[in-house]
Amino acid sequence: MRVAVLKGGRGLERQVSLRSGARVEDALAALGHEVVAIDVGAELVATLQAERPEIAFVALHGSGGEDGTVQELLEILRIPYTGPGVRACVRAFDKVGAKADLRAAGVPTPDWAAFNALAFRELGAAETLPEIEANLGFPLVIKPAAGGSSLGVRFAASAAEVPEALVGAFSYDDRVLLERHVEGRELAISLINGIALPAVEALPLEADRFNYEARYEIGRTEYVSPADLGAAEGPILDAALRTWDVLGFDGFCRVDLILAPDGPQVLEANAIPGLTDTSLLPMAAEAAGLGFERLVERLVELALERVPAGAAS
Amino acid sequence: MADPSDSPSSPVDPGARPHRRAHTTARDLERYSGLFAERTRVMRSSAMRDLMEITARPEVISLAGGLPDTSTFPPESFAAQMTRIAHESAAEALQYGPTEGFAETKECIREVMAAEGMDPDPDDVIVTTGGQQAIDLVAKTLVDPGDVVIAEAPTYPGAVPVFCSYQAETVQVGVDADGMVIGELERVLDRLAGEGRRPKFIYTVPSFQNPSGVTMSAERRRRLVDLARARELLVVEDNPYGLLRYEGRPVDPLYKLDGGDYVLYLGTFSKILSPGIRLGWLCAPPPVMEKVVLGKQAADLCTSTLTQYFVREYFGEGSWREYVDDLCGIYRERRDAMVESLERFFPDGTTWSRPEGGLFCWATLPSYIDTTDLLAKALRENVAFVPGAAAYVDGRGGSDMRLNFSASPPEEIREGIKRIGNVIAEQVALYESITSEHRIPGPSADPAAPGREAEEAGGTSLVIPFRREGR
Repeated sequence: MRVAVLKGGRGLERQVSLRSGARVEDALAALGHEVVAIDVGAELVATLQAERPEIAFVALHGSGGEDGTVQELLEILRIPYTGPGVRACVRAFDKVGAKADLRAAGVPTPDWAAFNALAFRELGAAETLPEIEANLGFPLVIKPAAGGSSLGVRFAASAAEVPEALVGAFSYDDRVLLERHVEGRELAISLINGIALPAVEALPLEADRFNYEARYEIGRTEYVSPADLGAAEGPILDAALRTWDVLGFDGFCRVDLILAPDGPQVLEANAIPGLTDTSLLPMAAEAAGLGFERLVERLVELALERVPAGAAS
Repeated sequence: MADPSDSPSSPVDPGARPHRRAHTTARDLERYSGLFAERTRVMRSSAMRDLMEITARPEVISLAGGLPDTSTFPPESFAAQMTRIAHESAAEALQYGPTEGFAETKECIREVMAAEGMDPDPDDVIVTTGGQQAIDLVAKTLVDPGDVVIAEAPTYPGAVPVFCSYQAETVQVGVDADGMVIGELERVLDRLAGEGRRPKFIYTVPSFQNPSGVTMSAERRRRLVDLARARELLVVEDNPYGLLRYEGRPVDPLYKLDGGDYVLYLGTFSKILSPGIRLGWLCAPPPVMEKVVLGKQAADLCTSTLTQYFVREYFGEGSWREYVDDLCGIYRERRDAMVESLERFFPDGTTWSRPEGGLFCWATLPSYIDTTDLLAKALRENVAFVPGAAAYVDGRGGSDMRLNFSASPPEEIREGIKRIGNVIAEQVALYESITSEHRIPGPSADPAAPGREAEEAGGTSLVIPFRREGR
């Protein structure tokens, strides 16, 4: 089959995407597919029209690739693609909206408040900060509403650190999220076609938080796969599966959770989780006996099975 | 690696070729990481480096690189020299050469050094694969894990990974408008002596420092050389930019003041001719040189013969000084464009250096702005710089940035600085709206408050020469 691998792009997660894409290309080639590697840019549509792939493997992360934009284009071009559809991408990419949907559906997620920069500039939102801080407590997690790979995520230990952390997070997005910090085990549940793979637990080697460097550098974070969840397994899988349903995923996704003493809390869901050497979804698949090539093959099958959404009909 | 040149030009990656890592599994990773040397733990990749790769996009005005402008080198001259080499000495130019480098290359090096008043013994000179290898060879020769190396704060970002990979403990000494603060250096040395430790060397870029643009004053140079002599310490003088002076009077290199006893000297053809030829050099006294040569043999046997032939031919034409003068004219105009633009477009509360030469300006923003985060925002406006944290080993420099003016024409510099200025102004306004009078301002709102400063070990001051003009 002629498979276009969409990778790179112009976003901040370009390098991660290139690594995901390279690995997928190898797997596709090993599976006997004809691979067309496309570094996504201004000529994407023209390239797709010229190359006429039978399917697109979306190995893009961050804005453009993970927020439904590229998926929308693929729908219009009637090219089947891997991963979730437009709607789930849009909903998961906005962490604030996703949290609201999860909360409304009764899926546990840490308390939060969200602002855009305009609220501070023009509406005096700063005056609400003391109350938010009192409600959410310290340390407080401050992160951009969109984007992944821990870029722009800061911890504020006290009120004095909040403004600086906000300015940092606003560098990545016009909207930021202040979230209660939940102490607990860091878990990732990857799902394929609504079926949960074994949990992967991240144990950062250094005292540093689960940051960008730790995520993509071999040897910086220790992973346990499959993680031993004990009695918490039921509630964790339940939270992950309900997240899948609430946000309307299909194909695959990764749900990041914290397992606190009183149960799991969903932090976010990633529509296109990383597929690099150090990424969690491939690790989970492997723990389930699904090697990387078979994982890629399965994602391609799922994309072909999917009935195209209304846009292209 | 973050090579600005490897951005793909075509959207279709011709490399649908197989990558080597087709079957990496978690088990493989574990196996590899179990084999990694201890030193790789301190070799860091970073979010910043990944961000830097995006700066290679063609639509980005990059003030991030450290690139000299090689477009000014006359192609016909390049062609003539290479043709002559091909016709007259193809076999030799394609052969291995001596580890120390050719005597003819050393003559060219002596000419360059003579232009700054130095006269090294050819036996004290080794030709290296760029100045970067010279730093590596010095560290390889002198540093055991845990040894102290002293560098400037900020220091050349490219030296940091070298010192890290030899597991040196890098102690940084502040820089002000006159270069490394020697009084502070003395205090650091005394403190180390109290702990029974002796630094293996003091690394400095005394002229138009990368990244700060600052030049060490003649008086401080004298003091540094005297101090090295009195305490029998080695100083590593890295001088890639010495001849790129656009105003002011030249200052004697440390190597000249010292006579080559305690000062090791690093030079390069990268900034006066071409970085692509990867040709640099190191001057060291014979006992050090003996070990350096062994280290060089282990690393790469010899520096490219072909490019040494090229330099020989080029210097044979006798016009290298004119080319450097031309470069100085071009860079002076660009430096002026950058400094004028900084004055015009950077908001209140920011400061910057006004270098008399070299390739860089260094700007310091209000302490609540993290320049790595700011780079993400700047990239959305298609402009890039180097976040200051790259020039520190201890997490400082978070609100600083390095701005290169040699690689962009004046119009682009003006536009780039304007865009960065706008992005900073937005963040300043945002911060001010967040810390309105109802809120207690954060510690970082006041640079004199604790917080950030508390992290600065040994009371090291971060003072860079800063000029606020007209505001």
